[in-house]
Amino acid sequence: MNNTADVVVVGAGIVGAACGEVLSGEGLRVAIVESEVVGGGATAAGMGHIVVMDEPEADYALTRYSRDLWDEFEPLLPPEVEFCRCGTLWVAADEEEMQIARRKAASYTRLGVRAELFDPAVLREAEPNLRPLAGGLLVPDDSIIYPPCAARWFVARAISRGALLHVDARVIELRNGEVLLASGGRISTGVTVCANGTWASSLVPSLDVRPRKGHLAITDRYPGFAHHEVVELGYLKSVHVPAAESVACNVLPRPNGQVLIGSSRQFGVTDARIDAPVLERMLRRAVEYFPGLARLNVIRTWTGFRAATSDRLPLIGRCPGYDKIYLATGHEGLGITTATGTARLIADLILGHEPAIPTGPYAPSRPTLGSAHA
Amino acid sequence: MPETVRLTINGKPVSVPVGTTVAAAILRGGEHVFRRSVSGMPRGPLCGMGICFECRLTIDGRSHQPSCQTPCRAGMDIRTDGL
Repeated sequence: MNNTADVVVVGAGIVGAACGEVLSGEGLRVAIVESEVVGGGATAAGMGHIVVMDEPEADYALTRYSRDLWDEFEPLLPPEVEFCRCGTLWVAADEEEMQIARRKAASYTRLGVRAELFDPAVLREAEPNLRPLAGGLLVPDDSIIYPPCAARWFVARAISRGALLHVDARVIELRNGEVLLASGGRISTGVTVCANGTWASSLVPSLDVRPRKGHLAITDRYPGFAHHEVVELGYLKSVHVPAAESVACNVLPRPNGQVLIGSSRQFGVTDARIDAPVLERMLRRAVEYFPGLARLNVIRTWTGFRAATSDRLPLIGRCPGYDKIYLATGHEGLGITTATGTARLIADLILGHEPAIPTGPYAPSRPTLGSAHA
Repeated sequence: MPETVRLTINGKPVSVPVGTTVAAAILRGGEHVFRRSVSGMPRGPLCGMGICFECRLTIDGRSHQPSCQTPCRAGMDIRTDGL
């Protein structure tokens, strides 16, 4: 493989695929290089939640921008992407969490994001299989998708505009203006976008990205068991507390009636095998919220690796020390949502356009980052 | 004369020898469609030994039960019109 491109995108997960779609749409000659298959890594492992976070400010800005971009894509998405605007239902186990729900409701409203507080009776009506809880907060305009098909659709659009896709092609080295492949091939390129999730750290030394393992389980089809993406408000604690291991109830209905059950977070693990005690804790947590889950058949369990940074914001922008290498990774658990915004910002940065939102918080050169190897 | 159990299949009372599996009870009555696939295609027993899970159906209101691994019990309510 000896050829040239304006932009090489390393990685055809949802982020790389979205980058290929936007960059090819700008008229650039794009090559997408994927070590395995399109949408096969963390993209295939994730839940497919498109969610607006109300805080911190940098999370809000990117998730809101990205959700709006998803909404623009929605009429174009093919049926297999399974876009479903089921809304996020944050549920409160007790009065303390209900206070958080009220604070978030005010915050979303201030930001112009529709949000609605549920008392226990309304919550019960909305999700009859939940055990009695203190209440909830519905963000009705959040959505779910089936991410691997979304990645494939982005790649297909890029190809229709002349982009080249190389699958089963592993990149072994990035240089300014050149990408070296394990096959011995090389691609001369104007710029390179490194969008291969947690594996970016194998190409860029000292990158502040480390794997945060997650487990998921999916049931057979039980239509009507759940109606929203249901997330316990305690989830926010489990995400933000950098504990070695945590679980939270996160349950969503697939459009075909299957129930997808998460979530777990583990640092310091690179073994992809199912960790039975963690899976058990995760399922027990979900059953605490949805007792009826215990009677459903789980038909598949799997794991994936989120690309986590030390300050919990993604890396979007030029890679320090390189003129022509850009990073689009470190999205941790929000990569499905923020793929669209990331791709747009990367294109704006490469082309020198004014981005729609400030990119400083995501700049790989920001001082709040450390080194995963430090 | 073997001992029998009485149950209903799609609301219709049937009587089968003790030890008969739910799958066998349904096949005895001439029915082959146990459920429908995601795309609405008919599905029924394939392996008959609890591996393929194609023979799932609804027993006493609980869906996705493996009928070839479930012995008939008196008063069971079997439904083949599920997923």
